[in-house]
Amino acid sequence: MINTETTLRFSPMYRLQWEEAQQKFVILYPEGMVELNQSSAEILKLCDGSRALPAIVAELEQKFATSGLTNDVTNFLNVALQNGWIQHD
Amino acid sequence: MAGSNTINITSPRWLLAELSYKCPLQCPYCSNPLDYAKYPNELSTDDWKRVLSQARKMGAVQLGFSGGEPLTRQDLPELVGYARELGYYSNLITSGYGLTEEKIIELKQAGLDHIQVSIQASSQELNDHLAGTTTYQHKQEVARLVKKHGYPMVLCVVIHRQNIHQMSEILAMAESLGADYLELANTQYYGWAHINRDALLPTREQFAEAEKIAQAFKEKVAGKMKIYYVVPDYYEDRPKACMNGWATTFLTIAPDGTALPCHSARELPGLDCPNVNDFSIEQIWNESKAFNFFRGTDWMQEPCRSCDEKHKDFGGCRCQAFLFNGDAASTDPVCSKSPERHRIDAAINSARELALSADEKPLVFRNSKNSKQF
Ligand code: SF4
Ligand code: SF4
Repeated sequence: MINTETTLRFSPMYRLQWEEAQQKFVILYPEGMVELNQSSAEILKLCDGSRALPAIVAELEQKFATSGLTNDVTNFLNVALQNGWIQHD
Repeated sequence: MAGSNTINITSPRWLLAELSYKCPLQCPYCSNPLDYAKYPNELSTDDWKRVLSQARKMGAVQLGFSGGEPLTRQDLPELVGYARELGYYSNLITSGYGLTEEKIIELKQAGLDHIQVSIQASSQELNDHLAGTTTYQHKQEVARLVKKHGYPMVLCVVIHRQNIHQMSEILAMAESLGADYLELANTQYYGWAHINRDALLPTREQFAEAEKIAQAFKEKVAGKMKIYYVVPDYYEDRPKACMNGWATTFLTIAPDGTALPCHSARELPGLDCPNVNDFSIEQIWNESKAFNFFRGTDWMQEPCRSCDEKHKDFGGCRCQAFLFNGDAASTDPVCSKSPERHRIDAAINSARELALSADEKPLVFRNSKNSKQF
């Protein structure tokens, strides 16, 4: 489960990258690829080892000039953690 | 109806670069063509770079360096570095033979993403017998080094009758080596595996037993190790969705530059597979006869033609249809709707008889001497 204290980082076992041909971000790993929608990609890009959950939410809310993203972001990050895409430092 | 023949051409996502047919091992289930010795030519470094650039531009992103043994190419680090610059996610598919710690570090620095090491069995004696060389100890060492240098470690074990009884030990070995991914690939019967089928195909009981063990293990290691289980399609009643559909996703380039819609397609007559020395990847993918041959569904015969599952399995595997029925456009004989299903059952029975008898049929090992006979 995601906690709110420790910073999150994209796992070195995966690669997150923009695919020009598909016009989307993808996650690459051995024998596979996951295509991301824009919001998932925005969340994952912020998992760079410098922010914990509240800072990620704040950053996104500011960027998209909105509020109340905590639940959605937490849910998605839990999935990402379960899949091993991200890890707590 | 106007437009009924228009096929939506998707772009390639996976590129398999078979760098060389040279291999120090002699696996009797090798998927290389039987007559590989006829194609000794290899593309130059610059040819490969051109292929990588062109395929990347079209959208290919997963890249496998394979063979034969790709480490026999001295320019491998250079090609890996070039692929990294282009943004590929690259995988080295290797027997581990000749892979030293220096090489592992050099490839990592060049930008290689992961290494898939194949191990033939969980015991030294059987591994070395199947590989036709002494490699077991070294492979274990390589697996450890791959891990040590921060690569996701993908272990691949090809399963067949000679090693299926070791399933529990194979899984334990994968766990102790710390594999992140384990590919349990039931042998697919093409190329060398096809001529050795009587000696390699497990019985239905052996297969069911092994699958049970693998399933239980999968649950046990969930979250720690990912298991890819390649089913043996002979024991299914629907064929595999081969290649995710002909020329929709996968592109293979053979060592001599022949472009193939699937790595066995060289065995199919009349395809005239184009060569990257004569055409660009874009021309090959979009315009060549070979890549358009089985695209879409218009080429299908009955029972596939009027079957409501044709968008699910695309009629199965063209190479299997050819090997069994002599007609690459026929329904994959694995399908229970195929009038030729009895041919698969006959193959199962023939292997079973040999398995239950006291005799052993000698394996035909994959080497140049044997290849020259085909
Ligand atoms: S299957 Fe065995 S013989 Fe064939 S290329 Fe791989 S390691 Fe070499
Ligand atoms: S008949 Fe053809 S399309 Fe239908 S399930 Fe069998 S192989 Fe697939």
